[in-house]
Amino acid sequence: MEHIRLPKVENVKLLDRISHRRRRVGTLYLTATHTIFVESEAGVRNETWVLHSLVCSVDKLAATPSGCPLLIHCKNFQVLHFIISKEQECHDIHLSLQRLSQPESYDELYCFAYKPNVDEKERRQEWDFLDLKADYSRMGLPNSLWKLSPVNQHYKVSDTYPADLFVPESATPPVIVGSSKFRSRGRFPALSYYCKDNHAAICRSSQPLSGFSARCLEDEQMLEAILRSNPRSDFMYVVDTRPKLNAIANRAAGKGYENEDNYSNIKFQFVGIENIHVMRNSQQKMLEVCELRSPSMSDFLEGLESSGWMKHIKAVLDAGIFIAKAVAEEGTSVLVHCSDGWDRTSQVCSVACVLLDPYYRTLRGFMVLIEKDWVSFGHRFSHRCKHLVGDPKEVSPIIDQLLECVWQLMEQFPCAFEFNERFLIAIHNHVYSCQFGNFIGNNQRERIELRVHERTHSLWSYLWANRTDYTNPLYRPNHSQTQGLLRASTSPYSFKFWKGLYNRFDHGMHPRQSVEDYLRAIQEETQQLEEQLTSHTQKISQLEQEQECSDSCKATTFDKSPTVWAPGNNLSLANTPQDYTGGFITGSPCQPKGPDSILLPKSTNQISDASFSNGSDQESGIADLSCRSPLSEDSTRDPDSDEAAYSAA
Amino acid sequence: MIMEFAELIKTPRVDGVVLHRPFMPTVEGTLCLTGHHLILSSRQDNTEELWLLHSNIDSIEKRFVGSLGHITVKCKDLRMIQLEITGMEECLNIASSIEALSTLDSVSLMYPFFYRPMFEVIEDGWNSFLPQNAFKDLESMTDEWRLSEVNKDFSLCPSYPPLVAVPKDVDDETLKKVATFRHGGRFPVLSYYHKKNGMVMMRAGQPLTGTNGRRCKEDEKLINATLRPGKRGYIIDTRAINVAQQAKARGGGFELEANYPQWRRIHKAIERYNVLQESLIKLVEACNDQSHSMDRWLSKLEASNWQTNVKEILTTACLAAQCIDREGASVLVHGTEGTDSTLQVTSLAQIILDPGCRTIKGFQSLVEREWLQAGHPFQQRCAQSAFSNSKPRYEAPVFLLFLDCVWQILRQFPCSFEFNESFLVLLFEHAYASQFGTFLGNSAAERARLCLPEKTVSLWSWVNRPQELERLTNPLYEPNSLVIWPSVAPQSLLLWEGVFLRWNRSSKCLDEAYEEMVHIIEYNKELQTKVNSLRRQLAQLETEDPLLHTP
Repeated sequence: MEHIRLPKVENVKLLDRISHRRRRVGTLYLTATHTIFVESEAGVRNETWVLHSLVCSVDKLAATPSGCPLLIHCKNFQVLHFIISKEQECHDIHLSLQRLSQPESYDELYCFAYKPNVDEKERRQEWDFLDLKADYSRMGLPNSLWKLSPVNQHYKVSDTYPADLFVPESATPPVIVGSSKFRSRGRFPALSYYCKDNHAAICRSSQPLSGFSARCLEDEQMLEAILRSNPRSDFMYVVDTRPKLNAIANRAAGKGYENEDNYSNIKFQFVGIENIHVMRNSQQKMLEVCELRSPSMSDFLEGLESSGWMKHIKAVLDAGIFIAKAVAEEGTSVLVHCSDGWDRTSQVCSVACVLLDPYYRTLRGFMVLIEKDWVSFGHRFSHRCKHLVGDPKEVSPIIDQLLECVWQLMEQFPCAFEFNERFLIAIHNHVYSCQFGNFIGNNQRERIELRVHERTHSLWSYLWANRTDYTNPLYRPNHSQTQGLLRASTSPYSFKFWKGLYNRFDHGMHPRQSVEDYLRAIQEETQQLEEQLTSHTQKISQLEQEQECSDSCKATTFDKSPTVWAPGNNLSLANTPQDYTGGFITGSPCQPKGPDSILLPKSTNQISDASFSNGSDQESGIADLSCRSPLSEDSTRDPDSDEAAYSAA
Repeated sequence: MIMEFAELIKTPRVDGVVLHRPFMPTVEGTLCLTGHHLILSSRQDNTEELWLLHSNIDSIEKRFVGSLGHITVKCKDLRMIQLEITGMEECLNIASSIEALSTLDSVSLMYPFFYRPMFEVIEDGWNSFLPQNAFKDLESMTDEWRLSEVNKDFSLCPSYPPLVAVPKDVDDETLKKVATFRHGGRFPVLSYYHKKNGMVMMRAGQPLTGTNGRRCKEDEKLINATLRPGKRGYIIDTRAINVAQQAKARGGGFELEANYPQWRRIHKAIERYNVLQESLIKLVEACNDQSHSMDRWLSKLEASNWQTNVKEILTTACLAAQCIDREGASVLVHGTEGTDSTLQVTSLAQIILDPGCRTIKGFQSLVEREWLQAGHPFQQRCAQSAFSNSKPRYEAPVFLLFLDCVWQILRQFPCSFEFNESFLVLLFEHAYASQFGTFLGNSAAERARLCLPEKTVSLWSWVNRPQELERLTNPLYEPNSLVIWPSVAPQSLLLWEGVFLRWNRSSKCLDEAYEEMVHIIEYNKELQTKVNSLRRQLAQLETEDPLLHTP
């Protein structure tokens, strides 16, 4: 609280991102955890909540006659443009928010203050929800080919690796330790995925410290052991996910890549995914394009192209496909690495797993996958997501790219995934929000030191508890599309721009009716109908049998009209015309008609704000299917930022 | 067979021809050329035959490897197929025959004149959408309009239908004068009446003001007659202001503020003619690029300007709709001729405003009214498609762009349309090549001269049968009586995969998803029926049981 210089400012304007003529006036509050904007229009209590940990940057722009603009960019791609009338107030808010959004120590993070109404026993159970060992035993491990190695207990061999690792049966501790000394950060080759049908495996590591000519017998033996763990195969792939030039440059620093001559029976392959710095800049450019106000089609497409973002997504997916095909079609094992083996390597292993194994396309399976390839294998979440103030060069949207690759696959295979886009967006949001402990720190060792499991809540059980929101209605476990390897296309035209994530808060851009929500509502109704069918059938036979039945059946009349499926009469994605004129017809802000939400003093134990308030714009499109709170963690209470009216000049 | 065809067919049949088609197994069989079809049949039961209308062929390419000839047939529906023919002479004969048969000049030799339906016509599509019937609907809402027969012999305006709706207070003599002041005689006529507030949309050709600012009092009177007292209207000129300025030099122009003080003019830049044709050609080329480079794809997509055209057209239509619905103003839309961009705008605005146009029948009626009757020159515009080698003269994918825009709105409001994407794709196909006479000719006058209703079958006769309707019906449809405002942000406008990537990638997974969706909905309906019947049964049992009625 000591960082809040000014807890409340009145008469603040919140501008619509698309059309600045549309603005809402209200009061801005700063709390220990959130920035809250409460609209003060008569009869309107729209609230916008922004978690401090989601704030990416706060910029105070040059003062204008109408006030002092404050621009807040969030890590979940929300952009808020406030105008504060008094310069001094803007200054105070700016300084406060800058400090609040840049915690200096882990203890300041929201997850340690977040206390939902859950008792300690339940909280502990949350952390038992996922069990990585269970996933390895699902793969059929340990077996005669792969064993659980205790070598990294207490993180002695590699402090960024998990304690429990699977290695080839024939890999002895001296071989492992020797190999680890020849690999960056001691990240020796360990198992990521094992295909029990054909024994092919995906292993991962960091780059070898080969320099221009160095060799390491144990490392060579380690790869040999991996190859031998796949009895039917006489060679294995080593996939270096970096562009060849980068890998060569690393040799000068005593690092590098495997020399095919030194390792028996390997096929070495570069796949050319760019490094974290390129990805960071690329996303930044892409987001600038998303933020353009009324861009032309050319502005958008040119900007998208020059950002390079789609190209990078394609590169990650291409690499995943290469590995998945090697495993599924050739039955060949693959060792994947990049430099440190925690960014590109995690991406590519996960994409390959999603393509290969239907389990990872289920809700629980995808959580396990992130827990395995990212959390346990030491993807540096706190650095990459800038949970704490720190080196900006460590920040990079590596996890965003994984989520997008999966989204691209969902677009190509609409029936193959148990989860929906909302699920991916929810994960994205919470990787950055610091509300849950899962992604705090940079590796397992750090999380143990922080006692994350003792002090915080787990995202996975929260998502599981809300799984109905995250389920894809088109998914059927026995559908042909659900089975086996996904043969994805990576022709450039197969990729779409993910507006659902990058323009997530620009509600006006999204489809106004959601097929998915429609189908889910239908399915819910179907379920009720099935129950009624059973109960009616029972009652009928009961009535027929015992004519003196006194049990009134009237109570069970079928009260659902065929149109009841619309979830509430919420019209929050109010459908109103956009600015089609380029300002030709001048607009006056109209009265957004009233949701009656009440300003809640934010108590920290409230699970983030599920309910969107009801808008009631009669002019809007539809008996609205699309708009029951799209995301339960979504902190925006504003039902219709798209609201506008136009009057003739 | 008619002599014309026999002369053109140098080799009617060749054995041992190998056919390659996208996503289908290779077929070897006999190739036959008839007057209207290219047929390839393997004479085996389990392989699908190819029946390709010559009029669907946009261009062909031939090359030889030794004596093996390869003919690539590029179709107007954007499909590409390969034929392998042994023997140079046969191959050359086939190629030149196809070329000749696919570029017949005479309309009366087109297939629709020879086609005999193999189905029972339940409702003759030629009579389904008569202007007098549409006017009856209008009369039930307002008495401010009348149906004029001033153009009954097509003499006033050759591209207008015999019957047009005009303001009641404007007599035919006035119309005759106005016709001389508007491009192609296209005097302002009613396009749409907005029941909610009585505002109207009209369309016309450009006014012939010329460089010296000619005016026509009757024209001013006509359009002012549509304004309520004290109200202003909007004129949406689909040309950029500089294009409209340039038109003056050729005798055209736009409405000057001084002469039309009650109207506010808005210029929008919708592209026309060969610019659009180039755009289509470039887009299809981008889709068929084999380089697999993302940069190349995005830059070619951008350079094609196709999506820009979609955005521009859609934005203008939204603007027109907004003027009518939100501003409560009447609108006059025109470009130069009033037969292309004008119709895109007026028809899309109706999709946005009028729920009736979002039904299958309503959409057919819209195409009939705003495109066919309104004089869009289909035959000229759709003579060639994206693979044409010849320099475009009158060809332009104006109608395809309209369908693309409808698809964009459908994507954004997936539950508000009674028809599905297949219906739009079907209209695209039939506009370019068809066994039906609907899209033949360039105007109502030409269709009357060709006696199409007597000599050909209407596309609507075929579509409006239960089995076709079922295939074209959107299972998600829930009538939505409201105005639907689409987003025109670049992020919201997608490439129409169903047309442009249709032959480039398998749609199996997407088709499966569609089937799954249908299944979910069908199952729900089935259960509803069951539960309702059980409920009735239960109610009956309850009334039969006297004990239940004792309190």
